[in-house]
Amino acid sequence: MGIRTSAALWRRPWLRATLTLSPPLAWFLLIYLASLVVMLITAFFTVNPLTNQIEHTWTLSNFSQIFTSTYITIIVRTLVMAILVTITDAVIAFPFAFFMARVASPRVRQALFVAVLLPLWASYMARVYAWVVILSDKGMLVWTLNHLGLGSPHVAYSNTAMWIVFSYIWLPFMVIPVYGALERIPESYLQASADLGARGWRTFRRVVLPLALPGVVAGSIFTFSLTLGDFITPLLIGGANSSFIGNTIYNNVGVGGNLPFAAALAMVPIVIMAVYLLIARALGAFKAM
Amino acid sequence: MNAATTSIRRVAVGGLGAILMAMLALCASVPAGAATTSGLGTPPTQGMTPPSKVGPGEGSLNLIAWEGYAEPQWVKPFEKATGCQVNAKYAGSSSEMVSLMANGGGHQYDMVSASGDADLRLIYGGDVKPVNVKLVPGWKNFHPFLKSPPFNTINGRHYGVSYEFGPNVLLYSTKTLSKAPTSWSVLYNKNYQGKVTVPDNPIQIADAALYLSKTNPSLGITDPYELTQTQFNAAVNLMMQQKPLIKKYWDLASQEISLFQNGSVVVGAAWPYQTNTLQAAKVKVADTIPKQGATGWADTWMLATNAPHPNCAYRWMQWVTTPKVQAQQAISFGETPANSQVCALMNKLQAGGCAAYHANAPDAYFKTIKFWKTPLQQCGNGQSNCVPFQDWVNAWTQITG
Repeated sequence: MGIRTSAALWRRPWLRATLTLSPPLAWFLLIYLASLVVMLITAFFTVNPLTNQIEHTWTLSNFSQIFTSTYITIIVRTLVMAILVTITDAVIAFPFAFFMARVASPRVRQALFVAVLLPLWASYMARVYAWVVILSDKGMLVWTLNHLGLGSPHVAYSNTAMWIVFSYIWLPFMVIPVYGALERIPESYLQASADLGARGWRTFRRVVLPLALPGVVAGSIFTFSLTLGDFITPLLIGGANSSFIGNTIYNNVGVGGNLPFAAALAMVPIVIMAVYLLIARALGAFKAM
Repeated sequence: MNAATTSIRRVAVGGLGAILMAMLALCASVPAGAATTSGLGTPPTQGMTPPSKVGPGEGSLNLIAWEGYAEPQWVKPFEKATGCQVNAKYAGSSSEMVSLMANGGGHQYDMVSASGDADLRLIYGGDVKPVNVKLVPGWKNFHPFLKSPPFNTINGRHYGVSYEFGPNVLLYSTKTLSKAPTSWSVLYNKNYQGKVTVPDNPIQIADAALYLSKTNPSLGITDPYELTQTQFNAAVNLMMQQKPLIKKYWDLASQEISLFQNGSVVVGAAWPYQTNTLQAAKVKVADTIPKQGATGWADTWMLATNAPHPNCAYRWMQWVTTPKVQAQQAISFGETPANSQVCALMNKLQAGGCAAYHANAPDAYFKTIKFWKTPLQQCGNGQSNCVPFQDWVNAWTQITG
């Protein structure tokens, strides 16, 4: 019996593959895709304003509501912040990762690795609250600027504060892939470039940068998507004009009880990410991961 | 290899197809418009007769409560006295309470400690049923305005017993304002640009409506929760004008506390809890109820329509309305008891506790508070041209977004 089963499986590779892959695939389909599909369907329903029950009548009103100025403003704000944070992190992370990968001694490199990864061990909330303390009107930053005679700007509870906090929190997710890409550039390429007469800057521009770009794009997927989906940082350090897509979804589910509209709005970041990933793939980011 | 990948794809497509079919079938089987929107009429459970006496306990009691409403200091003695084991689920918002009760929760949960903005949604949704207040001795000693308030009593039927309440006060820094402001206008005053904070909650629109009801009588606002489209637009407009002055719409009481602590704001809408916490930390603040009055919240323990343990539920209503539990709850959470006979007990728990939470205030004080209730399409005057809560949520996104 056992032999016949294994023989049957050996003769039919498709059966073998099906049996091996079914459990994880079923899990993936049921838990992940099914919930997304359910959400998509919910987005076409409405909610009874009184009892909060979902009413199963098909409508596109949730989607048309998204395209009103209120929600466009929120979507654009979220998108612009995600782009700004990504650029900031790329600019900060690149020289840092370059130093780690190509300049630092193994011992220093190890220390820098720990320095980059250590903040990830602390709770997200603790790190955001630390910035609330630093940026508040009686905090360290304003105190320092004040004593340097640079005035006392109100930084906390503004979009500037969000930009600073986001850039700080997601920085490690940019440093690591950029480091990986830079480390993989063979020393011989740089020597060859030098042998052919290119100076440092030209080598950097024509050899290092193109080879490291997929790493930057890979890192940007993290910084971009993490910023796009966040709602805690706007809640804790944002000001009166800081609502994100995530906050609006949260309010519609948690306060308004309007699940269908929240579902429709949740489609927006999914679409944005899909477009972003297509661009990233074209730039070769998936090879760098 | 090639054969294997093809079959993987086949499995994937097949699986997805099956799931889609199943879900479409599921959707189709739900009758369209199961709950009707049109016409409020009478609450679905109005005809249900409440019991005339409390039978033996069922051994357990399942509650949906605000965090801090099922504390061991009064739950443990209750369990010992009645044999009803308490299982509490904490809800984060009024809507979560409504959803929990609506989605079959009525078969699982016995009671919910709903706030006024959720009560009518539960009553007209048929999720809660009438209660015989004669079986709850504490009810007799309630402040008169909490015996049959419009947010939990319809057509003389009580859908629960009032529990605790509090006003939304005007909190101000005594360093900036040497004497108490007499009007909510300070929250709309350009002198305090970037120094104002108000709660991040759609029901906050009622605060603007209350202010307009006194300052712009031509709008004819009589109830800040029953607004025609014109009145509602005026309130939303006022909040739009207020927006540039706002430092932050606070989500957590702790945020407002730290905003006042580090001097980021000087005026704001708050609960007495924030005032007491700040004053205890020696921050120079005070609160007041301006001449236009204030909005406020009032919580009610409501009985689920299909409560599996009704006798334990009645025992709970009897227990939590006793002066002792009322005082413990008031001091531990920072609010005012519905029972008026608690002053001495509150002072025993915390020196000056009674006055701090206005438990001994005269009726005139309570009359200045307009308690939260669900904004419905149906106005109190029999017309149905008022703006429903869903629109409040949308407008709130417009204001804060």
